[in-house]
Amino acid sequence: MFGLDKKDSTLLLIVALLTMLAPFILNPFPTESGLAQFNAGYPDLMQRFVIFGIFAIGFNILFGLTGYLSFGHAAFLGVGSYSAVWMFKLLSMNIVPAILLSVVIAGLFALVIGFVSLRRTGIYFSILTLAFAQMSFALAYSVLTPLTNGETGLQLTLDDPRILGASATADGSIPVTNLFGLEMRAATDMVVGPWSFTFSVGYYVCAVVMLISFYLAIRIFRSPFGMMLRAIKSNQQRLNYTGLNPKPYTLAAFVISGMYAGLAGGLMAAMDPLAGAERMQWTASGEVVLMTILGGAGTLIGPVLGAGAIKYMENIFSKINDNVLHGWFAFLPDGIEDFVVFVIHPFVGKGWHLTLGIIFMLVVTFLPGGLVEGGQRIARLFNRKKADDPKSASTEPAE
Amino acid sequence: MDAIILQVLNGLDKGSAYALIALGLTLIFGTLGVVNFAHGALFMIGAFCSVTLQRILNLSFETVDPTKTDFLGNPLKVKTPYVESWFGPEMGSTIIDWSVPLAILFAIPIMILIGFVMERGLIKHFYKRPHADQILVTFGLAIVLQEVIKYFYGANPIQTPAPEALTGVAQLTSTIVYPIWRIVYFCFAVAIIGAVFAFLQFTTFGMVVRAGMADRETVGLLGIDIDKRFTLMFGLAAAVAGLAGVMYGPINAPNYHMGMDFLVLSFVVVVVGGMGSLPGAVAAGFLLGILESFASMKEVITLVPGINQIIIYLVAIVILLTRPRGLMGRKGVME
Repeated sequence: MFGLDKKDSTLLLIVALLTMLAPFILNPFPTESGLAQFNAGYPDLMQRFVIFGIFAIGFNILFGLTGYLSFGHAAFLGVGSYSAVWMFKLLSMNIVPAILLSVVIAGLFALVIGFVSLRRTGIYFSILTLAFAQMSFALAYSVLTPLTNGETGLQLTLDDPRILGASATADGSIPVTNLFGLEMRAATDMVVGPWSFTFSVGYYVCAVVMLISFYLAIRIFRSPFGMMLRAIKSNQQRLNYTGLNPKPYTLAAFVISGMYAGLAGGLMAAMDPLAGAERMQWTASGEVVLMTILGGAGTLIGPVLGAGAIKYMENIFSKINDNVLHGWFAFLPDGIEDFVVFVIHPFVGKGWHLTLGIIFMLVVTFLPGGLVEGGQRIARLFNRKKADDPKSASTEPAE
Repeated sequence: MDAIILQVLNGLDKGSAYALIALGLTLIFGTLGVVNFAHGALFMIGAFCSVTLQRILNLSFETVDPTKTDFLGNPLKVKTPYVESWFGPEMGSTIIDWSVPLAILFAIPIMILIGFVMERGLIKHFYKRPHADQILVTFGLAIVLQEVIKYFYGANPIQTPAPEALTGVAQLTSTIVYPIWRIVYFCFAVAIIGAVFAFLQFTTFGMVVRAGMADRETVGLLGIDIDKRFTLMFGLAAAVAGLAGVMYGPINAPNYHMGMDFLVLSFVVVVVGGMGSLPGAVAAGFLLGILESFASMKEVITLVPGINQIIIYLVAIVILLTRPRGLMGRKGVME
């Protein structure tokens, strides 16, 4: 299908099914039940899942394939957001030109930074990208204020020109981002018994974009170009000896992953038309590194899983407070209940970063391949058991 | 002229912090070959050692003073710190006042212990893994340490004042005044750096460590257990970072993310100085500190707007592209 082999088509189909049915899958608990807070099926969070999925897929094309660890990828996301918001301000509220512009600008930006940074490898490359990203962050905060609106962040106003659209709607408010008239904010609710599912236009737009970028990523992974990138990761020196210049390939990978980041930034602005400098800070770059590693660098589905896991923790885990915990462990005797809540307390709610850090350390130490490797190991365990089963069944006890 | 001297002084005090952290980072990198992203967290833990000591010294018991009453008419409860009752009020309040310098003694064993545990418990398992893995696991550790501190001490900065005798400003020349504590900090940094270099240069232990940095295998073949010594160096590096943090408290009130703020800059410092070069790290620390303070002069900012924000990164980029090994980097390190 679409030039993919059978295995990849199945993967793409599964991902497509999961993203299309996400409003159902992520809302498994009835609205009134106590577990409803674990529902992640609200549009804002689902959009974040797929947008950060795109970001991580792009990062993985660079880090997973070539092994170059960039600590400044958030700069491209920030640039993408800024250019999208400028498009909304100047041209129209249609998201297509905005996203196109953000991809192009982020790509150009990545071309410049990549051209300079890729002259070095290893930790020097990481530090160079970090330095560039921190510079962009500092400049966006201070000198470039006319472009970025400094600390407040870039926002839409009523007196923006918007050449191809109206500056303001009929009732005097700022128009909403749309795709040829289809408003991003629009959503329909579907109530089935105690459950309620929300379908939002914004989410489905993001999901379709994510599927397209996922498909492109598969094609890149399976292409001769992708093989070249893997060769760079495994032994760059040998590649040099065979007379190949790795630079154009790494630069292309860097620009592609920068464009993915720009796409994510543009989508983020399309869902919520504002852009701030904090999106470019190095902690944001660190986050995408965490996502990719947690999910499994160098695998296709890993980054998406990692992005989903971290965003789920950030939004759902952080909501668990002491009252909720007491509710869960109410069946225990009082003293033990208090003790259990006391033990768990530092890891949830505001302390979710602690859990994230611990999980991340465990994954790096024991599962260098991330969640994907974990899944594979479990699968292998089951397969072995299955393979063992007939043997153990055939060995009859002596008596 | 005065303005220039003042900027150099300003730069020296920020540069001391950079130099101390970068020195520790380079010690770890040069000996163990590990890129330690948790080093900023060690700096922060050092600062919180002094917060902890301050709290311990201020532990007090309540007594009821029957001669006085509070505004409700009840007998007044007076809090007396234990140290004041043990050493007498005079001596006790002096001890509390000097809690930050005292915290140096308190922090050294704690930081060395933390360094030991970190190295033996975690980093030991990462020697054979790629640098990217080391960066990632120590990055995770930094998050964990930061969150633990945040859990126990809260998210707000905690004031750790300098002793009263060392607050205020000194009249250096007729026109230049400068805060005393910053001068103390600079002298302290120079002393620590001098001590580390002397230790490496003039003791047998230091000689073996230097030999190990140059060629680990040969030293091992000579029958010396180099790993044990390198572990000790990790503890030493942790202690250096911790002391830098302890003394930095009065300049900037410690908060849980101060380590991360310094970490990024210190890495840039290390890379500019040259990975694995101790003098390079120190020189680059002071150099970048001074450059940063010159870039924040009003005249410079009007000339090149925003330069104070980006000068360090700009210098790093230029140096990395023109001198690939940094200012004093050796051949064959990290290549």
